[in-house]
Amino acid sequence: MRKLVSNISKSLSLYELLKGMKLTLSYFFAKKVTIQYPEQKTPQSPRFRGLHALRRYPNGEERCIACKLCEAVCPAMAITIESELREDNSRRTTRYDIDLTKCIFCGFCEESCPVDSIVETRIFEYHGEERGDLLYTKDMLLDVGKKYEKQIAKDRQQEAKYR
Amino acid sequence: MAEIKNYTMNFGPQHPAAHGVLRLVLELDGEVIQRADPHIGLLHRATEKLAENRTYIQSVPYMDRLDYVSMMMNEHAFVMAIEKMLNLKVPVRAQYIRVLFDEITRLLNHLLWLGCHALDVGAMSVFLYTFREREDLFDCYEAVSGARMHAAYYRPGGVYRDLPDHMPQYQNTRFSRPSETHKLNENRQGSLLDFIEDFATRFPGYIDEYETLLTDNRIWKQRTVGIGVVSPERAIELGFTGPMLRGSGIEWDLRKKQPYEVYDKLDFDIPVGVEGDCYDRYLVRIEEMRQSVHLIKQCTKWLRENSGPVISDNQKFAPPKRTDMKEDMESMIHHFKLFTEGFHLPKGEAYAAVEHPKGEFGIYMVSDGANKPYRLKIRAPGFAHLASLDEMTKGHMISDLVAIIGTQDIVFGEIDR
Repeated sequence: MRKLVSNISKSLSLYELLKGMKLTLSYFFAKKVTIQYPEQKTPQSPRFRGLHALRRYPNGEERCIACKLCEAVCPAMAITIESELREDNSRRTTRYDIDLTKCIFCGFCEESCPVDSIVETRIFEYHGEERGDLLYTKDMLLDVGKKYEKQIAKDRQQEAKYR
Repeated sequence: MAEIKNYTMNFGPQHPAAHGVLRLVLELDGEVIQRADPHIGLLHRATEKLAENRTYIQSVPYMDRLDYVSMMMNEHAFVMAIEKMLNLKVPVRAQYIRVLFDEITRLLNHLLWLGCHALDVGAMSVFLYTFREREDLFDCYEAVSGARMHAAYYRPGGVYRDLPDHMPQYQNTRFSRPSETHKLNENRQGSLLDFIEDFATRFPGYIDEYETLLTDNRIWKQRTVGIGVVSPERAIELGFTGPMLRGSGIEWDLRKKQPYEVYDKLDFDIPVGVEGDCYDRYLVRIEEMRQSVHLIKQCTKWLRENSGPVISDNQKFAPPKRTDMKEDMESMIHHFKLFTEGFHLPKGEAYAAVEHPKGEFGIYMVSDGANKPYRLKIRAPGFAHLASLDEMTKGHMISDLVAIIGTQDIVFGEIDR
């Protein structure tokens, strides 16, 4: 009998609805969890897999030796490489294209690269205004690498012990 | 006498309650559904066929994209099928990491399901709160794999990398006060395990909040109690698995019935429903989240106390360590071999299934001895559930259809594959 009275009074007083509203009201006054992008950003892991870059050695020499492992392992077949012997008889790429519209950002190219040349950086805010803009050529990739080398090297060093 | 005809209506594929690209052809008598005919295939990407042209490792990232809200579970079934055929031993630590991330994935999936289901039925706020928690879980994903969703983290023979010792932290900007940044970073001071543990202690409180908003709410109950009832016998006949089956009162969970990885060493319960309606399936999934938190706590405890390798040391199937690869000729050859040709599976076939958040997710693989599968068949739980939509909705109103689509937890990535 007491239970019945309590049920009826709870039902008539909209008890459970008010309880829910109290919760949402408390969040109305609570500190917001949103952050002000792009001024503030969420933390990024050193393992982050974003835009690709080609790296150089500290002496300015290209790392890539055109072994084509990344081209072979790429599941989306987004990488195209052509290579030639250079004047000093070392093999280097003449063409290194990544089609970012095909790329699925799995990170296998970086994983396979024996000389740490192709890497995936922390950059995720790139864009292209036309379809062709997202076909990154060797020069564009080397430029990305040049611009962010400090961050790239720091992240690789931090991750070295896990790989 | 006026002639009365049923009205045929098209629902979706652009309808916001259609959860992606579901297209239904509905036959209506007034507002009552007489027949619901799902038309699928709008997200067909031929994953099974693609896998026939790719080495086994190359197919791993494609598995992420099947059920794109529970990414690592799909990978898990795939690598398990390979390991089964190769008889490849997985290090214990890798097994615990896999279980830990399977349960994190289960939380991710159920949080998305809960938010979207509530949103479909008319409760806006739950969606906002569940996505707040998903953010933390995505940070865990990013910390181990480098991607927030499509992780490509599981590998045949283990996982790619060990858990990191540091969590990435918020940076000071000129728009934020240092005290605020410090507060945001409070649970990011330690390792990833500390972060996950902190989340696991906070999370049950959040589940209580969702329950405050929904469980007793009269509108929620009116929309879900007695809707889409499936009897236990019928649920088995229709090939239901996962929470859909357990909601009808059948105790079936692959983690208990066919334990894989280290589930037999862990303590957890299987929640079951009674009535088999949308409300019971909601309760089952809520309890599953609580059980997942319990499992996560056990895994973090073990991982804290034990260290070891996270990937098989058999270099025929798992890449060597980078330092070895750069110094040792043998390892270098293995490295090149693995990333170009991959490995060959013995002739034969294998079926491996995991308890996916949606049900039994299985991979059936046939190998003819090559470095690519001869045939790959993906058993998607959502497919069997969607096939029963007609039966579940018959005699219900259109608005109930939305609740039933929600309760089935349909994701088109896996149904259309």
